[in-house]
Amino acid sequence: MSLTFAILTALLAIGLLALIFGLVLGFAAVKFKVESDPLVEQIDQILPQTQCGQCGYPGCKPYAQAIADGDEINKCPPGGDATIKKLADLMGVEAKSLDAAHGQEDIKKVAYIREDECIGCTKCIQACPVDAILGAAKQMHTVIVDECTGCDLCVDPCPVDCIDMIPLANNASSWRWNIDSIPIKQIG
Amino acid sequence: MQNNFDDIIDKLDKGELWDFPGGVFPAERKTLSNQTPIAKLPIPERLYVTVKQHIGVEGHLIVEVGQKVLKGQALTKSMNPFAVPVHASTSGEITAIHKHVSAHPSGLPELTVQITSDQDDKWTQLSPMVDYQNQPKTKVLAAICDAGISGMGGAGFPTHIKSSPKKDVDFLIINGIECEPYITSDDRLMREHSWQIRQGIDVLCHLLKPKHVLIGIENNKPEAIEAMQVACRENPNYRVCTIPTKYPAGGEKQLIQVLTNREVPAQGLPVDVGVIMHNVGTCFAIADAIFAGKPLISRVVTVTGEAVEKPSNVWALIGSPIAHLLTHCEYKQTLQKQSNIIMGGPMMGFNVSSDLVPVVKTTNCILAPTDNEMASNNEQACIRCSACADACPASLLPQQLFWHAKAKELDKAQDYNLFDCIECGACAYVCPSEIPLVHYYRIAKAEIRVEQEDKQKSDKARDRFEKREARLIAEQQARDEKHRLAAEARKQAMASNGNNSKDKIAAALARAKAKKQALSEVDDKAIEATELAPANTSEQTAKAEVAEPATKVASSNQRVQAAIARAKAKKAAAEVTDINTELKDKDDASNLKDEQLKQPQQHIDVKKQPNKVSMSTKTVVTDSIPKAVETPPTEKPTITDSKQAKIAAAVAKAKAKREAQKAANSQVAAEPVSAAKVDNIKTVSADELVKTEEQQIDMKKRRIAAAVAKAKAKKAAEKADKSS
Repeated sequence: MSLTFAILTALLAIGLLALIFGLVLGFAAVKFKVESDPLVEQIDQILPQTQCGQCGYPGCKPYAQAIADGDEINKCPPGGDATIKKLADLMGVEAKSLDAAHGQEDIKKVAYIREDECIGCTKCIQACPVDAILGAAKQMHTVIVDECTGCDLCVDPCPVDCIDMIPLANNASSWRWNIDSIPIKQIG
Repeated sequence: MQNNFDDIIDKLDKGELWDFPGGVFPAERKTLSNQTPIAKLPIPERLYVTVKQHIGVEGHLIVEVGQKVLKGQALTKSMNPFAVPVHASTSGEITAIHKHVSAHPSGLPELTVQITSDQDDKWTQLSPMVDYQNQPKTKVLAAICDAGISGMGGAGFPTHIKSSPKKDVDFLIINGIECEPYITSDDRLMREHSWQIRQGIDVLCHLLKPKHVLIGIENNKPEAIEAMQVACRENPNYRVCTIPTKYPAGGEKQLIQVLTNREVPAQGLPVDVGVIMHNVGTCFAIADAIFAGKPLISRVVTVTGEAVEKPSNVWALIGSPIAHLLTHCEYKQTLQKQSNIIMGGPMMGFNVSSDLVPVVKTTNCILAPTDNEMASNNEQACIRCSACADACPASLLPQQLFWHAKAKELDKAQDYNLFDCIECGACAYVCPSEIPLVHYYRIAKAEIRVEQEDKQKSDKARDRFEKREARLIAEQQARDEKHRLAAEARKQAMASNGNNSKDKIAAALARAKAKKQALSEVDDKAIEATELAPANTSEQTAKAEVAEPATKVASSNQRVQAAIARAKAKKAAAEVTDINTELKDKDDASNLKDEQLKQPQQHIDVKKQPNKVSMSTKTVVTDSIPKAVETPPTEKPTITDSKQAKIAAAVAKAKAKREAQKAANSQVAAEPVSAAKVDNIKTVSADELVKTEEQQIDMKKRRIAAAVAKAKAKKAAEKADKSS
């Protein structure tokens, strides 16, 4: 009798505890819900945001999601080796060389519309992932150079092939030191 | 812990100073150039005024090619507070505005105004501000800005911004240290223009209201110290401090540390520790701008080095190509193995890529050393001796920075405070392995800056991409919503106007019914007609039946008979028409007849074509049809009748056509059958004619009967086909 009672009490106590903790955990899960996968955000921070789609995904965020889900980290030509290195550090995997199937690392370019040839079809405006092309139907279009990511997506839709990708001009502020220092020799 | 102001003054009163860590003692070599007064140079033929000569943004050009400018005339203008204008250094004509090699280590071309001098050196209208003490500070600052004054010590920070701090200023420090070897431009300026420098300090004091002014001069320039002491004697608040010679004591942070023992925080400004520092050259330029109204168009430049015959200081117009200065000082390129001209000092300067590089506001020295003056560049591996760490005035670990900078581990380099490096070159100077350390730091810094820029850009791109996505989704939703609403509205409209639409449907149904009825009426009439003339039809069929066996017996007889019948029918028709014309109104009848005759004729022509296959049937058909059609003229010439007649004619034609086709088919199958058929039809039409004679009264009925008869004939023909 007493043994049965003891077992019953123990079961009840454990069950009650389980219920309480379950409720607490359930409440916490709702109350402190993490909005999105922070890993995806971190990867997205590393990716160059050209939104070019060379990785095979429709933008940097989808590729970040894919990497978080286990895709390869070497599919981003605009990011190049620097991005791969960072991604490798973040994901704790070995850094690989860039997958040539997705293109090669290139110098930075921006789109340039030969404005006298533009027919104002707005096709490039629709293609631009960052709204860096300005224009209206049957009006000349132009690229906002500061906003252009050089993703190349506007070149193909152009029916008159008036978009060029031109390398960004090197200026003094973006110039990387490349001279030898001038050491002084102590004489006398 | 920041030192107390009074403690600092106490210590300075005792003639004691602090020290900064590290530092080196390179050969000074200042006597090369500081022995002669500052020379005046002839005006160069061409001047290249770079549009951007300071830290910040360039102004907009307000001149154009071909325009004549006067000395001191502004070439650019901007509302941006960080934009400092540039001025024409002499009078002349603007011959070009183009990209010209710049006074930058990269030598990259930058926008430059090229002025061809007219050698008149004619000043523009100047507006001095002698009573600056009675003017509001903003006006004085505006005058300094308009004079194009930016820091002349090295960095080129706009002076008017530095002179309007948001914080209280304990010390205004005037930097006359000039710690780099070879350079003596500030030395000579202080010796010769100490009074004007003091005037500039007065203006700055008016603007900054510092508690104390410290003028720091290295102890290797006794003449300059003396001159400045004489100039500042009257004002007890101005103190000329003699600083022990040690490179880089002239660094802003280092000098502050020496004079006040305050350390400027990393990423901070001197004003954070209550200090503002200006170069003596800047003070001179401020005095020029306020008291003479002259903009900054010239500066003292030391032209020195052993490859120069007459090393000296010169007044160089801003924009003068350095070749002009070197020519004046007799630069001998033969003394160098390869052309090697350095802008700035030997520690921090850079090689210029061309002797057309113009003098800019920050150019203090042009150095043309001989080969044995410069150390060879023979880089070896780092031996971890840490001599660089001992020499570093910023207390950094240069060997670690070097390690990470070389390995492109930029994050780690930043962890070692790469950006606190002032690039003084002390570490490279002491390095036994002759590693150009500063070179590596500069590359790393540039890469980090580019990376940060990229990061900013990518953040912006991400932002724009996400906003665009959101916008596209919102637009799609709006479109869907619109379509949904429109569909709903349509549905509602249909529900509310349901009666109308039902009515419409009902009306349409009624119309369709009416049409059907009309058709059936026609049928009824036809039936009636057949009922009215049963005898005729029975006669016809009988005759046809009679004719059928006859055709089988002898086709030649039949043909003869048919011909006779045809002739008879024709005769009868003629008779009928005769009688009719006599009986009826002549005009009406003939008119109608003409019309009606024409029409059938046309139709017959049309029909002839499909009938080409079988001539016999065609003739028969053409015979029978005119007969059927020819009868209408005898009817009452009413409009309705004529219409109906036309319809009937059309129907008859259609039938005839079908018949003809069938006949053609059958003829292809068998000739005798067609002959029989032909006879059949012929007899029928003959009978018909007889009938028309008999029943002239009711033409309508008769016409219908004719149609029916035709149909029957067809049937008979079919039968004949089958039987054959």
